[in-house]
Amino acid sequence: MPVSTQISSRSTTPAPPAKSKLASIFDRLAEPLIFLGPAGIWLLLLLVLPTLIIFELSLVPDIRPGQVVNPSGFDNFCRAFGFEQCLPSKFDPTFLQVMKRTLFFAGGSTIACLVLGFPVAYWIAVMSPKQWRNLLLLGFVLPLWTSSLLRSYAWITILRPSGVINSFLQPALNPLLSILNWLIDSCNSFPISFNIPFLLPHLPLLPWNLLNDWPAVLIGMSYSYLPYMVLILYSSLEKLDRRLLEASADLGANPAQTFWKVTVPQTMPGIVAGSLLVLIIGVGDFIDPELLGGASSMTISRLIYNQFLGATQNWGFGSALSMVLILAVSIAIALLLKFGDRNAAR
Amino acid sequence: MNKSPSVAKYPVSWQALFSLLMYFFMYLPILVLAFYSFNKSRYSANWEGFTLDWYQKLFNDTRIIAALQNSLIVAFCAVGISAVIGTLMAVGLARYRFPGRTLYMGISYLPLIIPDIAIAVATLVFLAVIQVRLSLWTIVAAHVVFCLAYVGVVVSTRLADLDPHLEEAALDLGATPAQAFIKVLLPQLMPGIISGCLLAFVLSLDDFLIASFTAGSGANTLPMEIFSRIRTGVKPDINALSVVLMVVSGVVAFLAEFLRYRSTQKSYK
Repeated sequence: MPVSTQISSRSTTPAPPAKSKLASIFDRLAEPLIFLGPAGIWLLLLLVLPTLIIFELSLVPDIRPGQVVNPSGFDNFCRAFGFEQCLPSKFDPTFLQVMKRTLFFAGGSTIACLVLGFPVAYWIAVMSPKQWRNLLLLGFVLPLWTSSLLRSYAWITILRPSGVINSFLQPALNPLLSILNWLIDSCNSFPISFNIPFLLPHLPLLPWNLLNDWPAVLIGMSYSYLPYMVLILYSSLEKLDRRLLEASADLGANPAQTFWKVTVPQTMPGIVAGSLLVLIIGVGDFIDPELLGGASSMTISRLIYNQFLGATQNWGFGSALSMVLILAVSIAIALLLKFGDRNAAR
Repeated sequence: MNKSPSVAKYPVSWQALFSLLMYFFMYLPILVLAFYSFNKSRYSANWEGFTLDWYQKLFNDTRIIAALQNSLIVAFCAVGISAVIGTLMAVGLARYRFPGRTLYMGISYLPLIIPDIAIAVATLVFLAVIQVRLSLWTIVAAHVVFCLAYVGVVVSTRLADLDPHLEEAALDLGATPAQAFIKVLLPQLMPGIISGCLLAFVLSLDDFLIASFTAGSGANTLPMEIFSRIRTGVKPDINALSVVLMVVSGVVAFLAEFLRYRSTQKSYK
């Protein structure tokens, strides 16, 4: 639009009076400083500086009575990865196992969210009536707005021994399980040739104690992140070119072929973005493992929490673990920026 | 409307049924809490009659009320501060090109992705180093960091959809830069600012980790109070609290989405 550019170029305003060089530099800087200064100072003081300080603190070796202090500085990091005092001979996999478990929880819930979330996102974005889509999506992500603590707490009341699953499903499930167990028994009592592929264990009758172990954590985490996954997959599936789906069907592909060869490649950026996002949140999750997992489900964020607010009080080691966590998340973000759909990530 | 053949052939698809099941999954915990909050029984899931006792107990619980008050103070202060400096930041980042701009932007978005626990640890250590006494105000300072990020993101998305010529026209018609900002740009940004604030408000009310690392003794927020109660066992009055909070945050969520929906409707017309 040539007219508007002419207007906006402000060629008619008189030239400003000449100023000293210093004053003109100040003038040019004043406005950006008003806009960017306050937030910049806040971020510098309460985000950048603290992160640098915990990096410094992470290099402070753990000093406990009767222990030789190794001056190497990276003691805390070595310890996190299993090598007490950076000596390969003293390998202790405790903390490595914590990291593996953290990745297992994050990865498991990511896969669960992808498997559970994709059909929902597909149905809302592609198959549901067009005028309802916004409302349907809002309805699905609404629980996300409620307290994450209380949602985990709700899973405690569902999964605990006297909880909802056991109380409500006992009359329905126990007869079914008895029949299944009888079938398993009869299968297992067949001759050996038949027995080997069917070495099925007995199914436990209710009540189950589902709480305080890894299944409860996976259920809670998958539940917490499902809305994020659906949101991101939705924005990716919304852009799906449906003519290609029809073309694929016209050219003789069956629905499964169309799905794997047309839909999935087109939504790949969304799938990558959603998975990495859920993975990132999952690695840092504290509430679900803490409330649902019990003592056997120590994760890296619970470990960090204990180093600061728990009985351990080892700030150096806690800082090192935080740095490891930040580093892991940074790698995931780098992958997200490289392979994911940036718009979908918003 | 022409429907695609697959929809016409299967009026109820498996995707629809599966989605229905997932909707049930999403609302199951909320329904369960609501069910328990009206149940007379203290420990079992069996229905032993309707009662409002837990709600009565909740509203007479001074610790919960005090914690709620603290949470509201923190949320209002943090959101208020971040609304002002976050909006300025978003406008500034859109308007000026300067060396280090990408770095500034990256740092401002970091709290969206860095785990809460890392922010919490860093803030605690920093506050210990500069020897600031922990209080409600240290929680506010820490909350501003992530509220800022959310306000910034929402406002800059809104900013990208605006017509830049309107502000230039105001300047050409003789408005000072400050007038143009307050009278032209700010009203247009308002829906974005408000929905960013609502989002930040809910997240501030929900935050447990950062608050528990930066709170002094005696400055309990609601999530901290809930956490300590959950850890000591299941309490029926927490069910009642959940229902109250979920209804309130459901209304806030609906309001935020409605505002965003309306603002996008307007911008595409």
